[in-house]
Amino acid sequence: MIKVTNLVKTFGDFTAVNNVSFEVRRGEIFAFLGPNGAGKTTTIKMLTTLLKPSSGRIELDGLDPAVKQNEARQRFGIVFQDPSLDSELTAYENMDVHAVLYHVPRKVRAERIEFLLNTFELWPRRKDLVKTFSGGMRRRLEIARGFLHTPKILFLDEPTLGLDPQSRNQLWTEVKNLNQSEGVTVFLTTHYMDEADRIAEQIAIIDHGRIVAQGSSRKLKEETGTDSLENAFLALTGSSLRDEKASSADQLRQMARMWSNKRQ
Amino acid sequence: MTAIYILWLRELKRYFRSRAQIVASLGQPVLYLLALGFGLEPVFRKAGNGSYMQFVAPGVIGMTVLFSSVFSGIGLLWDRQFGFLKETLVAPVPRIRIMTGKALGGATVAILQGLLVVAACLLVGFRPRSLAAIPIALLFMALIATVFASLGIAIGSKLENMQGFQLIMNFLVMPIFFLSGALFPLTNLPKALAAITRLDPLSYGIDGLRAALTGVSQFGVATDLAVLCGVAIVLMALGSYFFSKIQL
Repeated sequence: MIKVTNLVKTFGDFTAVNNVSFEVRRGEIFAFLGPNGAGKTTTIKMLTTLLKPSSGRIELDGLDPAVKQNEARQRFGIVFQDPSLDSELTAYENMDVHAVLYHVPRKVRAERIEFLLNTFELWPRRKDLVKTFSGGMRRRLEIARGFLHTPKILFLDEPTLGLDPQSRNQLWTEVKNLNQSEGVTVFLTTHYMDEADRIAEQIAIIDHGRIVAQGSSRKLKEETGTDSLENAFLALTGSSLRDEKASSADQLRQMARMWSNKRQ
Repeated sequence: MTAIYILWLRELKRYFRSRAQIVASLGQPVLYLLALGFGLEPVFRKAGNGSYMQFVAPGVIGMTVLFSSVFSGIGLLWDRQFGFLKETLVAPVPRIRIMTGKALGGATVAILQGLLVVAACLLVGFRPRSLAAIPIALLFMALIATVFASLGIAIGSKLENMQGFQLIMNFLVMPIFFLSGALFPLTNLPKALAAITRLDPLSYGIDGLRAALTGVSQFGVATDLAVLCGVAIVLMALGSYFFSKIQL
């Protein structure tokens, strides 16, 4: 479903993604793990047409997203690391706009929105403005929205960041259910190793832009002689801290946090 | 087409839902109108130029449309990182339609905001020459809105951080306003200043508005229309080019 060959992305003389290759099979849940600044988000951006690769090949359901942009976009859904809901619209309106942009036929639109809002337990709040929602509810809404146009692939970039264990648990349960009932391929990144261990069938670990290990959670543990995915992760990527330079996105993120705290 | 419509509708919904913001954004134009309108009235009259209120009202209307439309575009900077825009950038819709929906929405909001200021002008004693002037004034407001919504989108697609926003504000948007003849007549100016005011697209917008509403014009309505249409086409092309090149 996803096939990446020798993918490279450089920014000036910095190589963010260095010769990465992997394959995700149809219907699989694939976890892409790595420390901060390892190249996870850059890879997702290239997979989702938001960034052009410097070199290498990407195939999404057989399509090159750089060439067949709109066809590729129709086939995936994405939940970004940063919020991308319109907080001045209601939950239902957010879903509706998405349905229009993704050409969901009018006939199935209402039904599909109701089904997904019910699945993620947001139906009773459908008429409320998103700005009144908690972090967990927003996340659920974004994921529900990602499923709306029945994509073949769903990208989840750190979807559980900042959520409590209850929300995280419920969220993964629903994602897993939909993965099974609709056969969606799920490509996720997370910093919570327990989540990846529980939900992902295949795992790739990336560090300094290179893939350092790939396989099932059991295989990674066996290879490193460790008893948990977290320890396997640390054995593979070392325990040194990653002090990245703050990008302009990080600066904006900080401002966003400042403002949202003020409002609460 | 439905994509353009839904994005346009979204801008309008957001506008009507933020009543506090509507009122707040009326503050600046009303202040200009009251403080300058009444404050400079005696000097202006003494200089033999007639009523300053009559002169400045079209300027303040143009200013409102300028700020409102340019901000809607520059808002891209924020919107593409933390907002809904990112969602539209991965949607299976050609970017040009996304940008058109957004620009039309921003321009419509700017015109609505301009109409509120027209009402405020009428309240404080501004009198347009006739009611027939309103459609022509509306046309010029629409042109100003289109030009600057496109400019805003071109800038917003390129900006990297909030510091850039301040720079654009102080070195582009404010000069566009102050050098447009919104506040003072463009006659008998020092040569350098006169040249600069002729390079400012807003000069022609304000001149057109003033011609429509009060019958006084510097360049002539035909020139105003031609220049604004030309600039609008160039900036729309530029805006959609930069917008289509946005990478995150």
